[in-house]
Amino acid sequence: MSVATTSEVRPFGLSVTDEQIDDLQRRIATTRWPSKELVEDRSQGVQLATLQALAHYWVTEYDFGRVEARLNGLPQFATEIDGVDIHFLHIQSQQEDALPLVITHGWPGSVIELLETIGPLTDPTAHGGEAAEAFHMVLPSLPGYGLSGEPVELGWDLARTARAWSELMERLGYSRYVAQGGDVGAGVSDVMGRLAPDGLIGIHTNLLVPALNGPMPTETDEERSAAAQIAMFRQSGNGYFVEMATRPQTIGYALLDSPVALAAWMLDHDTDSYYKITGAFVDGEPTGNLTRDHILDNVTLYWLTATGASAARSYWEAYGPDAPGAGSEPLPAPPIPVAFTTFPGEIWRTPRSWAEDAYPTLMYFNEVDRGGHFAAWEEPQLFSEELRAAFKTLRDDRRSS
Amino acid sequence: MSITVETTTEIRPFHVEIPDEQIEDLRRRIEETRWPSKELVDDSSQGIQLTTLKAIADYWTSEYDFDRLAERLNSLPQYTTEIDGLDIHFIHVRSEHEGALPLIITHGWPGSVIEMLELIGPLTDPTAHGGNADDAFDLVIPSIPGYGFSEKPAEAGWDSGRIGAAWAELMSRLGYTRYVAQGGDQGAGVTDAMGRQAPEGLLGVHFNFLDAVPKELLMAALNIRLAFSGEDRAQLGKVVAIFMRGYIAEMGEHPQTIGYSLLDSPIGLAAWMLDHDADSYEKISRAFLEGKPTGGLTRDAVLDNITLYWLTRTGASTSRLYWETGRAAKASFKNPPPHVKLPVAYTVFPDELFQAPRHWVKHAYHELIYFNEAERGGHFAAWEEPEIFAGEMRAAFKSLRNGAAS
Repeated sequence: MSVATTSEVRPFGLSVTDEQIDDLQRRIATTRWPSKELVEDRSQGVQLATLQALAHYWVTEYDFGRVEARLNGLPQFATEIDGVDIHFLHIQSQQEDALPLVITHGWPGSVIELLETIGPLTDPTAHGGEAAEAFHMVLPSLPGYGLSGEPVELGWDLARTARAWSELMERLGYSRYVAQGGDVGAGVSDVMGRLAPDGLIGIHTNLLVPALNGPMPTETDEERSAAAQIAMFRQSGNGYFVEMATRPQTIGYALLDSPVALAAWMLDHDTDSYYKITGAFVDGEPTGNLTRDHILDNVTLYWLTATGASAARSYWEAYGPDAPGAGSEPLPAPPIPVAFTTFPGEIWRTPRSWAEDAYPTLMYFNEVDRGGHFAAWEEPQLFSEELRAAFKTLRDDRRSS
Repeated sequence: MSITVETTTEIRPFHVEIPDEQIEDLRRRIEETRWPSKELVDDSSQGIQLTTLKAIADYWTSEYDFDRLAERLNSLPQYTTEIDGLDIHFIHVRSEHEGALPLIITHGWPGSVIEMLELIGPLTDPTAHGGNADDAFDLVIPSIPGYGFSEKPAEAGWDSGRIGAAWAELMSRLGYTRYVAQGGDQGAGVTDAMGRQAPEGLLGVHFNFLDAVPKELLMAALNIRLAFSGEDRAQLGKVVAIFMRGYIAEMGEHPQTIGYSLLDSPIGLAAWMLDHDADSYEKISRAFLEGKPTGGLTRDAVLDNITLYWLTRTGASTSRLYWETGRAAKASFKNPPPHVKLPVAYTVFPDELFQAPRHWVKHAYHELIYFNEAERGGHFAAWEEPEIFAGEMRAAFKSLRNGAAS
């Protein structure tokens, strides 16, 4: 009886109260601002003009009902896995033989990043694709992120999340599925590939996780250039990473208490996405789907769910030296097929040789002509086309088998 | 023309005034804090613990006297003077004793002149504090640009070298022709720069933090790691760990980003300031949770310092010093600064981030005239143990004083 209860999949609806919105608006309106940075670029962090433009739009033009309306317009569910309530969107294609796909968001993202891929992936014929390219989509919120519950014990590292996802897919009745992710979601998908649970037939990522774990070959110009990009990130752009991996609680206080601090911390991810988002707010020129409203949907979701600290803790678990999983033996390479897409604006531009080096079972590699770290969010159509192409052979395998 | 010059070198008395509205706003913000869930560990390994910070918030709003800060500072002779385009705030206390040795002490992050206030008695009035008349110092305690009541730099370039040069100008402007300098933390960086610049009148320097480690010794250590003893390696590990700390990475890379937190959320500010080193955090935590302060690190004194950062809105401008330090450090790899030829004194405090072995200090500073390991005290040595710290100043600079008399 209790087993049946805990594995139950329940419909989920988000409800935001007026008091929450009023409090948020008041806090934004009464922000105490620092003086302007002393440089003309991003080299001291998120610029005052960008953040003030964001705050201005947030209180004067942004529709605070958007997050609730967008999410409640989709089939949302929650189910308890391994002690944590997991929130997820589950959109089944009209195509019965669609390939089930679980996509994992990252930091500072959420399911918001992935909403615009739902149409192209589940309903390809309406979005320039063919019926045979359809996916059934499962978009979970990472534990501690968005509308999933917060872990109340240690140990929710990437592997534990990966195992939870395979349990989720099994619970949904999927016996043959694929997994995809970028950023932290790439970490989860990479581990899923290595653990290769029953039913998982392939993975695709758009961030080459193994390149963060150790030195990669630097024999070609492309490889040297990518290595230099990683070194630059570590030298001048990973303060957030170090802080969250070592002191998530400390930064958590500001992320819970100040909406502008939260927005700044979330915008300060990578150079490419920062300038694109700045362009949207300061110049009114969004890049792709990284619009002002979409950016604020995501920041507002973090605020309303009060998940700044719990999301930061996922870095401590995954990358911190004090985490229970720190220093454990690396998992063997994935025994199942791996696909990879290089988006040119990503923190580093992964050369094919690195993807081959990292994944002996690499079955697909492509470099596309636009898109950055938040590839699915920024270029949902292009991203969807990549997933169609990447997983095509696995579908064919299934048919022929 | 001459009027302009007189105006810019003028030394003006300074008085702290805090409008009631600022206090009310601060109190309201603390009371309306939106708290995160509790950390998932039973120690400080995920950062500042929720119970500690809640105890601080509670004391801050219910028991702390918000008038303390202005009263403490206004009871002392405070001044400002414009140097290199910025108004510099400083406390200047002359000893009653003739022949007192002028001493400029520089605070660090997350500190301020508040750290140094309890030193003023022992150093300027030694006979009332267990010392002799010939141990007396005239004391200058400036606020680093961007910190406390000093003006915030409006352009990049205010690194420790530029601050050191400003301090030399300050001492000259005060009429001191023979003086010494002291610092820990970022104050050690400024004092180190002064030692390298060797301005006229500077007789020697004292450190309680080895700022020269990253510049010189670290490179040497990396090259000859195998020649190091086990103790050296243990200490070197602690040095390397400092640079792995989140606050250093963030403030060194993106001070503006964390600045928004530090300006807008008093609890965000308090957490960030407390998350410095494990030893001082444990001591401050005990003060708030168990009512057991360690030395001068009392609840009121800790909150004086945080309240000062809040009221002066300096969270971002103080962080920028790390960005400047990082840039200067990179530049110094290419163009190493001159060696310190002046006499150097050094005190190791046992609870500091690392305990520099004597030969490290000797390696960094060839003219080492004094080296001692104090019995108590940590990173905020002057704040925590003002009497011991003052005793170290007396002993460290004794020989230079004798030199001055001859």
